[in-house]
Amino acid sequence: MTLQKSSEEFFTEFSENSAPRPLFRVANIEKRYGQRIGCTGVNFDLYPGEVMGIVGESGSGKSTLLNCLAGHLEPDQGEVLFDTRDAGLVDTVTMAEPERRMLSRTDWAFVHQHARDGLRMSVSAGGNVGERLMAVGARHYGQIRDEAIDWLGRVEINETRIDDRPSAFSGGMQQRLQIARNLVTGPRLVFMDEPTGGLDVSVQARLLDLLRGLVRQMGLSAIIVTHDLAVVRLLADRLMVMKDGHVVETGLTDQVLDDPQHAYTQLLVSSVLQV
Amino acid sequence: MNDYNFAYLDEQTKRMIRRAILKGLAIPGYQVPFASREMPMPFGWGTGGVQVSAATLTPEDVFKVIDQGADDTTNAVSIRKFFQATAGVDTTEETDKATVIQTRHRIPEAALNEDQILVYQVPIPEPLRFLEPRETETRKMHSLEEYGLMHVKLYEDIARHGAIATAYAYPVKVEGRYVMDPSPIPKFDNPKMTMPAIQLFGAGREQRIYALPPYTEVVSLDFEDYPFEASKADHSCELCGADDSYLDEVIVDDQGGRIFVCSDTAYCASRQTALQDAAAAQHEEISA
Amino acid sequence: MYVAVKGGERAIDNAHAWLGEERRGDHDVSELSVAQIRKQLSLAVNRVMAEGSLYDPDLAALAIKQARGDMIEAIFLIRAYRTTLPRFAGSEPIATEKMACDRRISATFKDVPGGQILGPTFDYTHRLLDFKLAAEGGLTDAPEGDAQPGDVPHVLSFLDGEGLIQQEKQGAETPPDLTREPMELPANRPLRLQSLARGDEGFLLSLAYSTQRGYARNHAFVGELRIGDVPVEVDIPELGFAIEIGDITVTECETVNQFTGSKTEPAHFTRGYGLVFGMSERKAISMALVDRALRWEELGEDNLGAAAQDEEFVLSHCDNIQATGFLEHIKLPHYVDFQSELELVRKLRRDTMAGAGNTHAQEAAE
Repeated sequence: MTLQKSSEEFFTEFSENSAPRPLFRVANIEKRYGQRIGCTGVNFDLYPGEVMGIVGESGSGKSTLLNCLAGHLEPDQGEVLFDTRDAGLVDTVTMAEPERRMLSRTDWAFVHQHARDGLRMSVSAGGNVGERLMAVGARHYGQIRDEAIDWLGRVEINETRIDDRPSAFSGGMQQRLQIARNLVTGPRLVFMDEPTGGLDVSVQARLLDLLRGLVRQMGLSAIIVTHDLAVVRLLADRLMVMKDGHVVETGLTDQVLDDPQHAYTQLLVSSVLQV
Repeated sequence: MNDYNFAYLDEQTKRMIRRAILKGLAIPGYQVPFASREMPMPFGWGTGGVQVSAATLTPEDVFKVIDQGADDTTNAVSIRKFFQATAGVDTTEETDKATVIQTRHRIPEAALNEDQILVYQVPIPEPLRFLEPRETETRKMHSLEEYGLMHVKLYEDIARHGAIATAYAYPVKVEGRYVMDPSPIPKFDNPKMTMPAIQLFGAGREQRIYALPPYTEVVSLDFEDYPFEASKADHSCELCGADDSYLDEVIVDDQGGRIFVCSDTAYCASRQTALQDAAAAQHEEISA
Repeated sequence: MYVAVKGGERAIDNAHAWLGEERRGDHDVSELSVAQIRKQLSLAVNRVMAEGSLYDPDLAALAIKQARGDMIEAIFLIRAYRTTLPRFAGSEPIATEKMACDRRISATFKDVPGGQILGPTFDYTHRLLDFKLAAEGGLTDAPEGDAQPGDVPHVLSFLDGEGLIQQEKQGAETPPDLTREPMELPANRPLRLQSLARGDEGFLLSLAYSTQRGYARNHAFVGELRIGDVPVEVDIPELGFAIEIGDITVTECETVNQFTGSKTEPAHFTRGYGLVFGMSERKAISMALVDRALRWEELGEDNLGAAAQDEEFVLSHCDNIQATGFLEHIKLPHYVDFQSELELVRKLRRDTMAGAGNTHAQEAAE
């Protein structure tokens, strides 16, 4: 061992010995569209089992941020570190595309607002759930099918629908199917973009209930973007409030919602209370 | 046709094609783009195979052409005539006498050897094409080895039909890396693809060449509990009695009567000759 | 005993002999000469040269004769011949402002320097069958005028002077050659234009038409359409300068397209470009519209999901020689494939029927 240790090594050693290592670390992310700021100066750590909510109005930069984090957009600067199984914390922005794609079909999952963006509409429900399993090498039809049936059950879809195409499903069912398709490989980090958006209120409630159950049972780590404070109240441990591309307030969910400090957060919370 | 260069194409073009072939052999199963030329036969009628054969043939080669397994189908005849005229090479119908065999839709029944080259005509080289029509996307899927979708298709087949409903152009994985279209050969032929001969695939219209060096591992995609099955009609050949060869079904009368005969005409003929010789020998014995 | 069908070779020879006879037709009618085709069916000759990518009116006329008037077959003959030609040199870019115009019109300006020349056009003819032609009469002499001396500036250059039209990218790099290198997608504009220039007239016409009907509408005006002869010059390294090796007739179309600006660009006019061998103005205009539609990304426009905006779709399907070959190959024998499908369908039907039997049995048991 050399005498000179990089600060990073110290840090790693230190954190391994005395504190849990973050699963996901976001450092100084910025994304611009020409002169316009998408999001800027975003920093946070996410620890295993934690659910982070990102709230703000449309245009606040929360979806841009989520897409930068999930590797769908390349940020102009900053790091998005993920605690990989092989090499510990690795910057996924500079990671080679094959590795990043591998991550996004194994340890990561992404639930789109519109189920049809996250499903293969011409493939049966079973095939949709099975795809990720097959992508990582599952080659036993019976086992894939059993797993699909199990997951359909967990998201409250009757197993008799396994060979139906999602186009024959209601909006709520499509969204639940998308969730099953994403969670089937036991991802370590789930990104969700307005998972309840576009659904009827009663359908939303059922979906939220289901998500809460899954998050608790599986100890999921997740980052949820939404404009709906009810969603984060139910699901998120911590909150980040965004406005005009900047993070204006962060904290524990209850703390932020019950005692908002920033004027904008106060406005957000009060507008919810009026509803 | 002596105004044309040996085997029609000019030497520069042949060199370009040979480079693509060598690259293909170096990366088995990878589709190498090449500047396919306009040939005097239509795209889709074997221009890829013809260009690969033209770049492969030497004056000493003995050339065989089959289409649907047969030497005397119209397009096989046409391509054989083309090379007789432009290259003046010897041609044969006997599989073991040929050094270069161009084929459409079949692999000969007789085992090939290390001194032979099998050239396939390929209509659509991209095994993912009917799952994803965009070339830009499929090339990315290959480079990132994203083949999950291929198995989704097989899964859907079983879910819907109870079996994998692909009977020809059955996709294979080459040396554990590239998923490859074996060209529209019946799946009966897939297991033969791990062989001592060099296999070259030419797709003229789609401008792709790919290749399998001798003894390359070629595995047909399947599921553990729905294994790949190299099936054929459950009959034996009406003419030579073979029960191990791929059969064509022939309708013989308007009552729906049908018989089955070898699709590989050279194989069938050689078996018939052997049977006749044996019968003659027996006859001599008896009369002696 | 069954004997397999043989004699493919004889069948082919006989078929081709018959074809030759049909091509000649009734011997009481005098044979068509290549010169007649070249001189009297010149627009057909032009199309064969354009889509065959070979400027040779005599060969194109011969191809039309050999193909019995089937244009795609004639284009095919020219393409196959073209492949065998050695390439001696590449020409300098043709300078269309030096064109000796037979026709030159602008839809955007009433009058332009150099004037509007209607030329030998079908426009404004009343489409009434002319029975005088059937009687092989009616030779008319057109009145003659004096040719305009000097260069004919491009109409769009006047807009350029005002900075109202998009600047085209200048580059020293050699454009890729579609006939020598495999098509790589995404393509750049030179490659796109090459592909469109030899693309099928009917396909481009329909695509261009679809943009006019709202599938990626781009508000095109014909800024200028010109047809005429331009000199072709080839640089001779030994001489150190370019010499003229002959004239070719080309049709050039530049469209002016409305563009209201995007995130990155202020409002200005944009253009589409078409250049085709011979007198082929329908093709040149179509090409310009499709070229413009394909430029959505470079201009920061929205992808509306229209066929004419989809580069991969357009370039992969515009070549009629590729298209016709692949389309017609399905008449080749496919009985090996079909046999394997037959067996599969029979097996699936057997399984389904057996399965149905089981379900019935199960239901009865329950």
